[in-house]
Amino acid sequence: MVLPVTSANPQRRSPLLAAYAVLVFAFIYLPIVVLIVYSFNRDGVGGFPPRHFTLAWYRQLFADSAIWDSIVNSLIVAAASVALSLTLGLLAALALDRASFPGKALFRRLVLLPLILPGIITGLSLLMFAVFAGMQLSLFSVFLGHGTALISVATTELFAGLQKLDRAQEEASLDLGATPWQTFWRITLPNLKLSLIAAGLLIFTLSMDEIAVTFFLIGRDNTLPLEIWGRLRRGITPEINAISSLIVAVSVLLIVVWYRLRARSVSSAPQELLENL
Amino acid sequence: MSGGAISPDHATLGDALLEIRSVAKNFGAACVLKNISLQIAAGEFLTLLGESGSGKTTLLRLIAGFEQPTSGEIWIGNERLDSLPPYKRRVNTVFQNYALFPHLSVRENVAYGPRVKSAPKAEIAARVEEVLRMVKMNSFADARPGTLSGGQQQRIALARALINRPRLLLLDEPLSALDANLRKQMQSELKALQREIGIAFLFVTHDQDEAMALSDRIALLRGGSLEQVASPRDIYSRPATAYTAEFIGQTNLLRGEINNGVVRCGRLQWKTSEANGPALFSVRPEAIHLAGSEDDATGVVRFRGTIRQQIYSGASELLEIDCGENQSLRARIPASGPLTGAHEFVFSTRDAVRVTESSDAHELGRKDHEPQ
Amino acid sequence: MYSRAYKTVIAAPPLLWVCLFLLLPYALMLAHSFWIVRDGFLVHNWNLQNYRALFTNPLYVQVFLRTARIAASVTLCSMLLGYPLAYYLSFHAGPRKEVLYQLVIVPLWVSYLVRGYAWKTILGSDGVLNGLLQYLHITREPVSFFLYSPFAVVLMLTHIYTPFVFLPIYAALEHIPRPLIEASQDLGADRRATFLRVILPLSIPGLLSGATFAFVLSVGDFLAPLLVGGPSATMLANIVQSLFGAAYDWPLGAAISVSIVLITISVLFLTERLEKRWSFR
Repeated sequence: MVLPVTSANPQRRSPLLAAYAVLVFAFIYLPIVVLIVYSFNRDGVGGFPPRHFTLAWYRQLFADSAIWDSIVNSLIVAAASVALSLTLGLLAALALDRASFPGKALFRRLVLLPLILPGIITGLSLLMFAVFAGMQLSLFSVFLGHGTALISVATTELFAGLQKLDRAQEEASLDLGATPWQTFWRITLPNLKLSLIAAGLLIFTLSMDEIAVTFFLIGRDNTLPLEIWGRLRRGITPEINAISSLIVAVSVLLIVVWYRLRARSVSSAPQELLENL
Repeated sequence: MSGGAISPDHATLGDALLEIRSVAKNFGAACVLKNISLQIAAGEFLTLLGESGSGKTTLLRLIAGFEQPTSGEIWIGNERLDSLPPYKRRVNTVFQNYALFPHLSVRENVAYGPRVKSAPKAEIAARVEEVLRMVKMNSFADARPGTLSGGQQQRIALARALINRPRLLLLDEPLSALDANLRKQMQSELKALQREIGIAFLFVTHDQDEAMALSDRIALLRGGSLEQVASPRDIYSRPATAYTAEFIGQTNLLRGEINNGVVRCGRLQWKTSEANGPALFSVRPEAIHLAGSEDDATGVVRFRGTIRQQIYSGASELLEIDCGENQSLRARIPASGPLTGAHEFVFSTRDAVRVTESSDAHELGRKDHEPQ
Repeated sequence: MYSRAYKTVIAAPPLLWVCLFLLLPYALMLAHSFWIVRDGFLVHNWNLQNYRALFTNPLYVQVFLRTARIAASVTLCSMLLGYPLAYYLSFHAGPRKEVLYQLVIVPLWVSYLVRGYAWKTILGSDGVLNGLLQYLHITREPVSFFLYSPFAVVLMLTHIYTPFVFLPIYAALEHIPRPLIEASQDLGADRRATFLRVILPLSIPGLLSGATFAFVLSVGDFLAPLLVGGPSATMLANIVQSLFGAAYDWPLGAAISVSIVLITISVLFLTERLEKRWSFR
């Protein structure tokens, strides 16, 4: 019978601190709650209290083809970005983990730059590049922007996953006669499965929500955030609350899934992303 | 070394310093300590010995103040101890992994206690010097704990605790992280230090050799209860229960019946004045010798057995003897060359110590099968 | 263990891609900052005119200072909210710690735009807050400074970045071995002294990490002013945005962008040095 020797914390209960924590939680959640509540309000996004419950805004939302077009566009860009970022991110993580080459330190910093630089910088730089290359702005340019910027996310996640990998497994595989290529497909990749899925989910979500970089690379077809942004300029209605509420619902679902995966892959929590800067 | 700088308030060994009165501790539904009553004398080196899960660390933490007893009281001198938070108790702890503050230098670590109580700077500096000298770590005063070896960290942890002149020092398996040789060396240094400064030490360990070497008294804990509290010599030569006999040192447990003044254990028998009934005896292997012709017939048990195994270990060897009727004994004799076949053996009846059965669910296995 | 070919295959594609699609664009940005626009055309004369304009034009200086002020306020407020929350979760929450942690993370995943929009609907003259205040008869007319002011920008960005600041502080607090706290109390320090002498110093790397993140991202933010800031809260990035839009002066915009990058890199460099000093392994 092994006992929990780590104590019941000797610090006594602090009601003041608990109250403060509740306030901070309220601050974090209240705007979202208000948003959702008013998506059901007949009389608009403001005023108090909300009096008339209605689903009309959701009905309007579902009939809004422009929104749905933009959602489809976002999905396409997000899916493509996941593919690109994961592939290049995996290779970059492998390279950082296993190879040494001139300029490796610089490469590492470069890959992580889009994470720490404000989005406008990356967006404008890519815009300049697009103009320089004579590229038309379209969903493709948006895809290039997302895919490139999010390599940093993929690299960080997969690098952490590689660190947890037992090197001896790969050595055993080689010892038993498998080539490095076979070892990669049979041993390395399966062990990274959870990291890959978690990274993919994160990239997908970030791409769906991305505005700053997208702002400067968008062409005729809008992504969802840009579509919403355009509407904000024209005037706000609870329909925007409605689509926002749906975004909240989907985000929560995704994070629950992501967190379960993260916990299983035994990598550490999101702050590693920050710590790796 | 003068006792002036660091000495307890009571200088005479034997005064009760800490009193644990009927203390029990539950964690939820789990009953970790059951009705413990124990006294620690001033200046005494008392060891809490037991397997993992026996409750010894919990008891230590109750005294330090990191847990509260579910029932019972702890007194130090004339004051109630368990109602005080840890920072108000004149008791200090040397933690198992030392818990040195990584962001402070050695000097700052050691000075922490006096600093926190706003002692004057000059006095702090002097006390730090003194206590570092005592643990022989002066030259490391400005180093960071992270740069020190395990043994060095252990000394600093000790210094950091002792500088506060506690009435009682608690040590939570402080040597378990050290390798064997360093451990032996630290054991003798620790013992010498304790003698020198005269503070009571309450030492927790699962290593019975360590307990035997260091302690004035050993308190053996099993499943949350005190099995026996005695000096090392007493606990070894007169174990109270079968568990004690097997936990400390090796032994042979002989189960038998007393009838009309005669004990019968399998093939063995001897006279006794005890009452009729079943009985359990502990006979240490070193008490059994090869019979010589001059052995006296009274006060001696003589038996015949076949040597099944002979395990050599340098100065002595262990014989596994088959006495027939499914009875086997172990004897430890001075190394004397290979032996085979049947021989006669003797042991003194004085060495057959009657022990009580160990209570409840704990399995009586052979000592080598016991978990550590 | 890894052959030359293996290493080339894995290193080359990302290296090439990143050089082409990151290094080159950033270099282009840098190059543009040294060029100028004359009569609506881009002229490739290399000079420092744009940078000089930055330092001498009072408008830019004013916006720069406002940006720094807003970013600093956001950082400070996020820390004031995030640290106690992290402390509470790490030391007082007990078995509910895990669940509460997930609850703090969730808003991070909700779109920036959604959260900014929420504040817009709350703070406006017809917004929820004004509605509430009038309903409770605390005010009779809408208060206008809630929205379209630097206050609103700070409020919104604090809301966005508090969870970001929380994360590394929480990680740092969790990393503190609990025996250290017991040792401190064992040696006579009460809760307050233990916090000041042991917990706080050991949590500084987390504090720095979170603060850096909040500050750097706030400095370069252009969406918050557009959503809730109004003209009185124009920040550096908004100027850049307009220079790349209607005001058409890419070189000047590039110069301001480069300045933002320099600020970012300096702050990161500074905190990296500080973190090394305060990290004890």
